[in-house]
Formats: sequence, structure tokens, C-alpha cells
Amino acid sequence: MRRVPIFSWLIILLGIVYFFAPLIGTLEWSLRIVSRDSFSLNAYTNVLMAERFQRTFSFSFIAALTTIVVSVLLVAPTAYWVHLKLPRLRPWVEFVTLLTFVVPAIVLVFGIVRVYSRPPFSLMETEWGTNFLVIMGYTALSLPYTYRAVDTGLRAIDVRTLTEAAQSLGAGWGTIVFRVIFPNLRVALLSGAFLTFAVVMGEFTISNFILPGIVSFGPYMVNLNQTRPYEAAAVAIISFGLTWASIGVIQFLGRGAPGQLAGTR
Amino acid sequence: MTSTTGTARRMSWEWLGVVPFFLYALLFLIIPASFLVIGSFQNADGSFTLGNFIGLFDETVRNSYALSLQISLFTALAGGIVGFLMAYAAIAGGLPRFVRSFLLTFSGVASNFSGVPLASAYISTLGRQGMATILLRLAGIDIYSMGFNLYGIIGLSLAYLYFQMPLMVLIVAPAIDGLKKEWRDASQNLGASNWQYWRYVALPVLLPSLLGTMILLFGNSLGAYATAFALVSGTFPLATILIGRQIRGEVLQNPNLGYAVAVGMVVIMSVSIMVYSWLQRKTERWLR
Repeated sequence: MRRVPIFSWLIILLGIVYFFAPLIGTLEWSLRIVSRDSFSLNAYTNVLMAERFQRTFSFSFIAALTTIVVSVLLVAPTAYWVHLKLPRLRPWVEFVTLLTFVVPAIVLVFGIVRVYSRPPFSLMETEWGTNFLVIMGYTALSLPYTYRAVDTGLRAIDVRTLTEAAQSLGAGWGTIVFRVIFPNLRVALLSGAFLTFAVVMGEFTISNFILPGIVSFGPYMVNLNQTRPYEAAAVAIISFGLTWASIGVIQFLGRGAPGQLAGTR
Repeated sequence: MTSTTGTARRMSWEWLGVVPFFLYALLFLIIPASFLVIGSFQNADGSFTLGNFIGLFDETVRNSYALSLQISLFTALAGGIVGFLMAYAAIAGGLPRFVRSFLLTFSGVASNFSGVPLASAYISTLGRQGMATILLRLAGIDIYSMGFNLYGIIGLSLAYLYFQMPLMVLIVAPAIDGLKKEWRDASQNLGASNWQYWRYVALPVLLPSLLGTMILLFGNSLGAYATAFALVSGTFPLATILIGRQIRGEVLQNPNLGYAVAVGMVVIMSVSIMVYSWLQRKTERWLR
């Protein structure tokens, strides 16, 4: 019974090699910019100083924050309302969140580009319009796991009692949603938010087809891949750090495995 | 509770609460998708045709779909099997507890490490000058002279496996947790061998969840675009890359055929998700 589980160790070891080799390889590559025999942080300083890095990074950063706000405002009140008043609509809400899996990002952006580049909604022609469309596309990406996180959160609290207690104290719907329900969902909302952040920061497919040129961080990384391999590796390490930090926060918040089909493959 | 007189009035207003959500879904999911579906049933003049779906069997489209399906099938099977073994080893394989939490945390990160940075990581590691390539060459194994190519099917599959395996670990872990220790004890008491326990107890319980998760993995790599674009090239014959080129108006002469290519993908994804939820319901019976 108490023998050493050789097979188990072996498969875990294999996994460690498979998953750490690319990370170590990338780290090593990113440090090799000056010469093969010495390490240098020049790739990182080059990238961090580059105007294009700063511009695309801040664009994606702001886009991520906007997406978080939009998807939380879209999903949380709806999930709350469906929970409280319209349980019949639950399958329909779930159907919509499923749609984002059934329609892959590349197909979604195909439809968005075609629909919104002609009247009556010619949003593709203005900067305001394309920024708006990108946020809407990102929101679609974040919809399934924001919904799942909020739904799990709502199941864990007594929505009806909280609502009635607030009502009997004279609270309106705004107060109930923002000052009673949201604070009780903060772990769920934060999990969804950090995952959204990680996904949007690395997103390529949607922004590449909607925004003209290299505006967001994903297309910038592709461009580096093609032109400056050492800097590309440095950015990949930075990006992995961001993902690691976001997921780390979620794990720390203690909601187990976060949205598993999230992401931009 | 509410009075009956107020109910009828209230009913009609309650719908307002979900209007923003469904309006969003209509504008940015349903209308764009319907646009493609309608376009796929039209010819250049806008009249009804099924010709675009027959066009899916033309060489360019057929080859792209075939390659996409191959890679998805392979990475779903391989990622599924290895991911399951890793999860099983960490959870029920007699390893210390910390291995389990380490694996699950790391899988949460790795399953989200995809797209462009993943491609960069593979180029830095397994590209011609990558660390692993050089180390293997020092050890006398020249993978590139052995026919390995990072910028082709093999390289792409290896990259996809980087997020497929952790995804499998994450989704299948609850199912492995659900295997009760009593079942093994009971089967041993009844004289069952290890093989018989797996064949008649554990595998039948796990199978729906294993298959279901592999279907998700299949859909996951079928719809992948960014990783392939960044790693291989913008002209590699994959269905998603074909769609990407079609958005830019590069390849297919017939735009309606392009819509059909996209709709084909939605159909495959829908079938996958339906089979998945059917299998999921079968799994839930055992995992209470």
C-alpha cells in the first residue's frame, strides 16, 4: 500500500517539464539580446521605453477596465433580476452566455465587422465607433465567466431576504443593487474582473480586425514576433506575469477554478 | 407577499430589468451571427441558394477544414488523456497534498496562457535557435533534421497542448474528486482486481465527463485563431485562418462562401456543446 507512487511522480514530472520548458526558454531568450554568452536586461528596457509599447499597453489596459465595467453592469443586475423575479428566463440568459462559446472570436468579429461597416450602423468608420465595437467584442468574451462567477455568487447568498430587508428599510433598486447585492458578490465580481483583465490584455483576434493598424497590445506582440524576437520574448514574459498575477489574485480570493473556457486561443 | 391586484401591472415592468442584457446580446451576438447565417444561404444577387455549402467541399476550404479538424481531434485526445493522467496522479495517485493544489493553481494560469505570448514562448524554446532545440542538439538530437517543424502541424499541436492539458486538468478534477474511496474498498472486498475496478466501476463513472471535456477541448482548438496566426503564419491552411483572410477579403472570390465557412464552424461548435451538455447531465448523477 505505502509504496512510492512512481508512475504518479513520473507523469507530474513530465508535466512540469512540458510547462516550464517554454517559460524558461522564453526567459533565457529574452535575456540573450546582447550576446549568446551573457545575460542582459536590454530587451526589457528596450520594450518598456518604446513609445509603441506604452501606447498599446495603455490602450489595452483602459480597454480591459472598460470591459470589466461594461460586463459587470450588464451581467450582475441581470443575473440578480433573473434570480429574484424571472427564473423562467434563466435558460435564455444561459443560452446567450453559451453563444459566446458556440461562436468563436474569429467568427464573431467577422459578423461584427460586416454588420457594422454598412448603414444603418457605420461604426467601423470612426475611431469612436471602432473603440466601441472592440469593447463590445471583449464584453462577449468575458460574458460566460462573468456570468458564471456572479451566478455562483448569487446562489451562495439569500437574495430574496437581502432584497426584502433592504426594501423594508426604504431602499430603492439602485441602492439595493449597488449597496446591498454588489458588496455581497465582491469575490465573484473580482474573480470575473481579473480574468477579464488577463484575457483582454492578451487579446488579438477581435482587436486585430476591428482596429486599424497596431492599436492594442495583442497586435503589437505579433508585430514584435515578426520583427524583434528578443523583445517579443520579453513581452511574452511580461504577459505571462500579468496572467499569473491575475489568476493568483483569483485563487487567493478563493473561488477555485476560474472560468475555464475563457481566453483568446 | 404582493397583493394580487398589483401583480399584473408589476409583471409587465419586470421585463425591463433584463432589456439591456438581451439588447446587447441581440446587437453584438445574435445579429452578427445571423448576418453570417443569412449570407451563407444567399448568392451574389441575394437570392436563396445552398450552393455555398456545396462550395465547402472545394479544395481550399475542404483542406483547411480537414487540417483544423485533425489538429483539434489530436490535441483533444492527447490533451485529454495526458491531462486526465496528470489530474489523476495529483489527486488520487498517492502524492502529497501540495502537488494537487500546485497543479490546480498552475493549470489555472497555463490554461489562460494562450494566443500571441504562447506563440512567442514556443518560438523562443523550440524555434531553430530556441533553448530546447539547442540543448537537444548538444545532446546529439537535431530535431529539425529529424523532420520537426515548429511552424507546421506538429509545432501548432504542441502549442495547443499547452492550454489543452491544463484545461482538462481543471475540468476533470471535480470528477476525480467524486470517485469515492468506498467504491474501491467495496470492489476490493468483493475480490475485484485493480483492472476490474477500473473497467467496471471507475471508468464507467468517469467516462461521460472525460468524453464531455474532450469535446470541449476539441471546440476550444477548433476556434483558436490567435495562437495559430502568431505561430505559424497568416496563410496557414486552417479554417479559422481562412475566415480571417476572408474578413480582409483576400482569398475566396465569393463572399457568401466565406459566410458558409464561418457558419460551418458554428454548426460544429453547436453540435459539440449539445453532446457536451448531454454527457454532463449523465455525469452529474454520480457526482453529488
